[in-house]
Amino acid sequence: MLAPQVEIMLVAALAGAACALPGVFLFLRRMSLVGDAISHAILFGIVAAFLIVRDLRSPWLMIGAAGTGVLTAVAVDALRRTGRVKEDAALGLVFPALFSLGVVGIARGVGNIHLDLDAVLLGELAFAPFDRLTWGGWDLGPRGAWVMGGLLLLNLVLILAFYKEFMLSAFDPDLATIFGFQPAVLHNVLMGMTALTVVAAFDVVGVVLVVAMLVVPAATAALLTDRLAPMLGLSVLLGLLMALGGYGLAYALDLSIAGSMATVGGILFALAFLGAPAHGLIAQARQAARQRERLAQQMLVIHLLSHEGTEAEREENCIRTLPAHLRWDPAFAERVIVRAERAGWVVREGDLLRVTEAGRQAAQEILGANGGAPSHPPS
Amino acid sequence: MGFVFLMDPTFRLVATGSALIGAVGGVLGTFALLRRQSLLGDAMSHAALPGIVLAFLLTGSRDLPLLLVGASLSAWLGALLVVLITHRSRIRPDAALGLVLSVFFGIGMALLTVAQRRPTAAQAGLERFLFGQAALMLPQDVEWIARTAALIFLLIFLFWKEFKVLAFDPAFAAAMGLPVMALDILLTTLTVLAIALGLQAVGVVLTSAVLVAPAAAARQWTNRLERMVVLAGGFGALAGVLGTLLSTWIGRLPTGPVIALCASGIALFSLLFAPRRGLAWTVKSPGGKRRAGPSG
Repeated sequence: MLAPQVEIMLVAALAGAACALPGVFLFLRRMSLVGDAISHAILFGIVAAFLIVRDLRSPWLMIGAAGTGVLTAVAVDALRRTGRVKEDAALGLVFPALFSLGVVGIARGVGNIHLDLDAVLLGELAFAPFDRLTWGGWDLGPRGAWVMGGLLLLNLVLILAFYKEFMLSAFDPDLATIFGFQPAVLHNVLMGMTALTVVAAFDVVGVVLVVAMLVVPAATAALLTDRLAPMLGLSVLLGLLMALGGYGLAYALDLSIAGSMATVGGILFALAFLGAPAHGLIAQARQAARQRERLAQQMLVIHLLSHEGTEAEREENCIRTLPAHLRWDPAFAERVIVRAERAGWVVREGDLLRVTEAGRQAAQEILGANGGAPSHPPS
Repeated sequence: MGFVFLMDPTFRLVATGSALIGAVGGVLGTFALLRRQSLLGDAMSHAALPGIVLAFLLTGSRDLPLLLVGASLSAWLGALLVVLITHRSRIRPDAALGLVLSVFFGIGMALLTVAQRRPTAAQAGLERFLFGQAALMLPQDVEWIARTAALIFLLIFLFWKEFKVLAFDPAFAAAMGLPVMALDILLTTLTVLAIALGLQAVGVVLTSAVLVAPAAAARQWTNRLERMVVLAGGFGALAGVLGTLLSTWIGRLPTGPVIALCASGIALFSLLFAPRRGLAWTVKSPGGKRRAGPSG
């Protein structure tokens, strides 16, 4: 038997990885909130199934919950199709109602179960090591680890089996339909996969963390890559990081485990939002600055050329007066001139700037390509 | 069966508070519904939790106005982040809402464990903001709710024409020269206030139901904004009173889910039986010639 802390981390990490996979497809199909709705609505399924079988450990609870999950997706879709409410309102109508029914059922202490409302929201990760799977007298480890591990495996198999179909319908649903992939079948596979994963994870980590594990790793991964396979891999990795980092934070500061994991997820997303190589805010700002400088270099060359050989050349093309003529900040002008020199477009002759042959050619291309007006630099 | 509590001043107080909360939610939910921002309310109400707990942790006080200021600020920040994330990255609104909702709520839950370690018993009441507990409303709380509700109604009355154009055709509003951005901020602020009020009775988790359900119900009965706002306010108030009544009567129930259920019931009834748009009427006419009302 492993130490309880290790077992908790194992269960959480498996849950994070298992949720991260369907999360990517929900994200790509703009259905992240359907995952949110399902994870709330299944509470009704669990309570209703319990009312019928009266056994907290019965597999029917999970089946009832997964059924409610799929039903939620269907109901939202049907409600939207009646045209009486828009999709956002359809979602907002269905899941709070089902969740409320579940909460009322629990709060009234249906029969003699004692389910804690806090546990619904936050799960009972700390108790995961106490719920063990035994077989023939052998202790096989925490049950949650087996359930979440099994779901991770199932999700992997489903995604590998339908990889091409999933990829095409995620990025280009119309083309997928033309190719004869059944969008309804894929949709149902995804909903079924999501419902099963959410139900299993809900039991272990609670509603809040399920939503976080579905949405956060996938959205973060989408900021880091454009390709599906790396997105899936990164999403799983981020799911693991979120679980393990969150446990570390909770352990160090003695905080709620599920809350800390969601917090760490938020930190990971914020880091990617700022620092992602292509899509991060910093990269965007840098790219914009680079483009501004390129544009300025082109303007510089054209300005120089237009005054070349004229009487005003001494005045217009002089390094000291150039910023004023182009209405540039002197520091910016200096940077642009240095860059243009480095590109071999201009050379300094004392105070005067002269355009080289390469600069002449570049200007020709810009003016030719844009009908005389320099606009966007070639990318 | 004792209905004596109907005469009970405490019950009347709580019912008044809940009715006001429901009315405010219904009225602002109407605008959210028309602007297709129903789920922004869900994200904002979840985002309010860390604000409540932080306000308590920083001041050690449990005064309602103070906690609600914290709630409003953090709900506002959540809404702002949703806008920032969708505008400055490839993340689309659905995922941005899910992100803000779950991360803010997670932070709130983590902070709540800090608050629970405080030696005083003062933190005991913070959990009631999860699912709401209308029965714990004090007279001064209801006074606050009434004042804020009055302010919200007054502002909606004053900016009625502007909000109306904004709800139906923001592009036209901009063309008319209206300060769309400022109006948007004002309307969002009013929604944040409505949510902050709602937390008391309905709680962080289900406040969005008070925004969405009464408005969606009212939409089925009328095409006119004036009537829709009044109806949604009425439905919201009804859900508030009924929910408080039922949860007091049955006992051992947090008010939030019961109010949410009452609002959902009203919405379901309206979807099925509202004149002209009711789904029950379309089922009866075979041949698929459904008189589908205008969507919205």
